[in-house]
Amino acid sequence: MREINRRDFMKLSGLGGVVFASGLGRVAFGLGASGSSITDDFHFVQLSDTHWGFEGPPINPDAKGTLKKAVAAVNSLEEKPDFVVFTGDLTHTTDDARLRRDRMTEFRDIVAGLNVKTLRFMAGEHDAAIDRGDAYHEHFGELNYTFDHKGVHFVVLDNVSDPQAIVGQAQTKWLEQDLKRLKNDATIVVFTHRPLFDLYPQWDWSTRDGAAVIDVLMPYKNVTVFYGHIHQEHHYLTGHIPHHAAKSLMFPLPAPGSAPKRAPIPWDQAAPYRGLGFRGVATVGRGQFQITESPIGKG
Amino acid sequence: MKRTIAFVIAGCTVFLGISSRDAMKAAGGQTTIKLTAKRFEYNPAQITVKKGTQVVLEISSEDAKHGFNLPDFGVRADIKPGAITRVTFTPDKAGTFSFACDVFCGSGHEDMSGQLTVVE
Repeated sequence: MREINRRDFMKLSGLGGVVFASGLGRVAFGLGASGSSITDDFHFVQLSDTHWGFEGPPINPDAKGTLKKAVAAVNSLEEKPDFVVFTGDLTHTTDDARLRRDRMTEFRDIVAGLNVKTLRFMAGEHDAAIDRGDAYHEHFGELNYTFDHKGVHFVVLDNVSDPQAIVGQAQTKWLEQDLKRLKNDATIVVFTHRPLFDLYPQWDWSTRDGAAVIDVLMPYKNVTVFYGHIHQEHHYLTGHIPHHAAKSLMFPLPAPGSAPKRAPIPWDQAAPYRGLGFRGVATVGRGQFQITESPIGKG
Repeated sequence: MKRTIAFVIAGCTVFLGISSRDAMKAAGGQTTIKLTAKRFEYNPAQITVKKGTQVVLEISSEDAKHGFNLPDFGVRADIKPGAITRVTFTPDKAGTFSFACDVFCGSGHEDMSGQLTVVE
């Protein structure tokens, strides 16, 4: 397993700027999840860790405006994404069950302003760990599910509704059964909230049984994982499987182990919204994606 | 990774009012430290031990279920209210190492951490 930095990616992919490819091989169209050709390239947008309901002016004085700015930024993209996925921590946690539901309703109303046909949701521990996903389920549906889009098989995994941060044997078995029907060169994208690998367990940046999930994914040649939780861009390889963490839309966190605590990085008046943003992900062939990071404001 | 012995003494009384000074006892080449967990802190949050001396942590929760994870020494345990969880390990390297709650416990969960300093 190894960490990959932006420079490595650009070197390997021959790309510059903020756009780079996650795959390391040739750029070519391939066979999709069901064995049929990928008929049409597409792109989606990943938004993460919006923490709606968070309050803390020194951390984000625009806590009620940042998500709306992100919605406006996505709506202003020249090419509309096929869908937008939210990789967890849609809301900031609260012990108050009523307030939890209010936050989810408000969040849902705001993101309904996205000018995109399809929205895909996923829970973070802030949404689901306190009540094992009850409120989340009422508002957004299943916590784990799959869908297919233009030859790519997408899997949404729940590694948060158990407060111990486990996927669990039942869900791992479900994943195994789901993938069995695919060819081993199918293009598979996995969305999780927490990292499936031990990024930095000292800060609870891991999934306790994530290794078992990676074992299930490992036989498949073209798997890519997108996740949130750590509030920063991060890229990592477990074997041939790349894992890409996304920025938050509420507050950034320090690089793993770079500070005594995983405390939010305070707002910088000289560079508002620094460290916040979202990303576009475009297919560029079998199991390969181009990632474009977009800041909020000047980023 | 070092082997970790973790077990729960069921039915024991919960520790109350333990100061960081009182929490530590050294005897017979073993250091015993009482640690309490509550939303969203450990007490004490700073622990100093000696390299090569066996450490016994006796951890209790004052409110909800918490976790204790000290990955640098392969130590992790669930901490349940009404019981004392005991973990034993022998630090074999000096330095400062973070431990944290790894059972999500609410809005301050991310703050619930501490540091173990191992001296020569």
